[in-house]
Amino acid sequence: MATTQVPCPLPGTFYRRPSPDQPAFKNEGDPVAVGDTIGLIEVMKTFNEVKAEIAGTLKAFLVEDEEAVMAGQPLYEIDA
Amino acid sequence: MPIGRLFIANRGEIAYRIGRAARAMGIETVQAFSKADADSLPVRHADHARLIGPPQAAKSYLAIPALIEAAKDAGADAVHPGYGFLAENAAFAEAVEEAGMIFVGPSPATIRLMGDKASARAAAKAAGVPTVPGSPGRLEDLEAARAAAETIGYPVMIKAAAGGGGRGIRIVKDETELATQFPLAHAEAKAAFGDGGLYLEAFITNARHVEVQILGDGERAIHLFERECSLQRRRQKVWEEAPASCLDAPTRAALCASAVALAERVAYRGAGTLEYLYDATRQAFYFIEMNTRIQVEHPVSEMITGVDLVQAMIEIAGGGRLELQQSDVKLKGHAIEVRLNAEDPARGFLPSPGTITRLIVPEGQGIRFDSHLFEGYTIPPFYDSLLGKLIVHGDDRAAALRRLEAALAGLVIEGVPTTRGLHAALLAAPDVRGGRFDTGYLERWLAAEPSRLAAATEEAIQ
Repeated sequence: MATTQVPCPLPGTFYRRPSPDQPAFKNEGDPVAVGDTIGLIEVMKTFNEVKAEIAGTLKAFLVEDEEAVMAGQPLYEIDA
Repeated sequence: MPIGRLFIANRGEIAYRIGRAARAMGIETVQAFSKADADSLPVRHADHARLIGPPQAAKSYLAIPALIEAAKDAGADAVHPGYGFLAENAAFAEAVEEAGMIFVGPSPATIRLMGDKASARAAAKAAGVPTVPGSPGRLEDLEAARAAAETIGYPVMIKAAAGGGGRGIRIVKDETELATQFPLAHAEAKAAFGDGGLYLEAFITNARHVEVQILGDGERAIHLFERECSLQRRRQKVWEEAPASCLDAPTRAALCASAVALAERVAYRGAGTLEYLYDATRQAFYFIEMNTRIQVEHPVSEMITGVDLVQAMIEIAGGGRLELQQSDVKLKGHAIEVRLNAEDPARGFLPSPGTITRLIVPEGQGIRFDSHLFEGYTIPPFYDSLLGKLIVHGDDRAAALRRLEAALAGLVIEGVPTTRGLHAALLAAPDVRGGRFDTGYLERWLAAEPSRLAAATEEAIQ
């Protein structure tokens, strides 16, 4: 199994859940299919879904929930 | 007590604008900033600056304890909230006062009264101000909503009592839609505002958005005429004018008098705006809500009256009486403001943070550019997309339009896509030139004129 680091597509604030009182889109260890929503990036008050482009198992998040991220910064690791 | 040191609890163009006003009054400024705004223009120009937290607004510009701590630490005796963020948060105003400082704005009680849309409507009614036909207050359940909608007549809008800025509004055309949308609106309002309270209002088709600028000192209030802000996209204003050309003199007088009556009734202190819907066919206006703060589009009112609203609100907050009499405020000429946002009109107004590589600002008689941009500035992705406001003034609307055309042509912002091209295209639209638009106009125009938008974008990319 190869581990891939997936970069953040946009700069902004990363959210792991659709709203504060809902469960996370994905947890570490979850299976991931292409097109699955990994999280949200808030850019200038608009929310953009981060979709998986590689299928596999989500190994680790490299950015905390509600943390600021830059475009290109590694966001999560996936075992494919 | 006159203010000696003012803490600015905001960012971007309005922080810069407030700082300029304060310094012109001989007041020292302390600029709050998040980690993402360390090299911003308001920070550079302030007398002092205080880091208040990480980039995310929730942990910086919305973090009440961090802001209070920073303001106290800096020895500030007053706090200006600007617009957005905590500007209409009664708990923040209270925290400022409890910390022994002055909140530049109305009392927490007034913010609470006018911030709740249902109680604001009740206050308006009590002051004899016409309101859009609607439910008398908060609705307990769907049954109450059904009964209210029956009386008002469909279509109706479901609105969140704690909502604002156009958020939390749903339009339903019959009882079936009401039954499905009411519970959704309740859940959404609860999630967005922590308050699921809802009320209903009649939906007026082809309405214009007009609003009256007022100043009050807690006893007496005056108006500074009205603005017309119908050109909106997703309920966000993009182009504002003063005065509203659609009003005749008697209607204007009645509208502005109603705003003063309501402001005095709630003992309003500071600068505020009363928003109305104007039904041109019936020549009737209806109060919808009050914004208890300075607004983005305040410069158009300043341009037609010569009054500096930000200075006036600081002066009143420092214990000053309202010096101006109503008869001192004269309406002169016509002003237009266009908002330059870091958005790409051709890609669904996609927000586009980035670095400004080139900036040329038009200058001359009757031209003003309120902005925090400079060449080399990197726009952070964490806040709203407003880059600046181009404001023009002319002897009449036709002259203002000509001046806007010249000023827009002279404005160069490179490095990020902006809405400049959209405004150039709107300026060429016969309906806009003729002042024939309502609150739905811009979205219909955007849907019908994709070719214009493509042209607008090409220009934006240059």
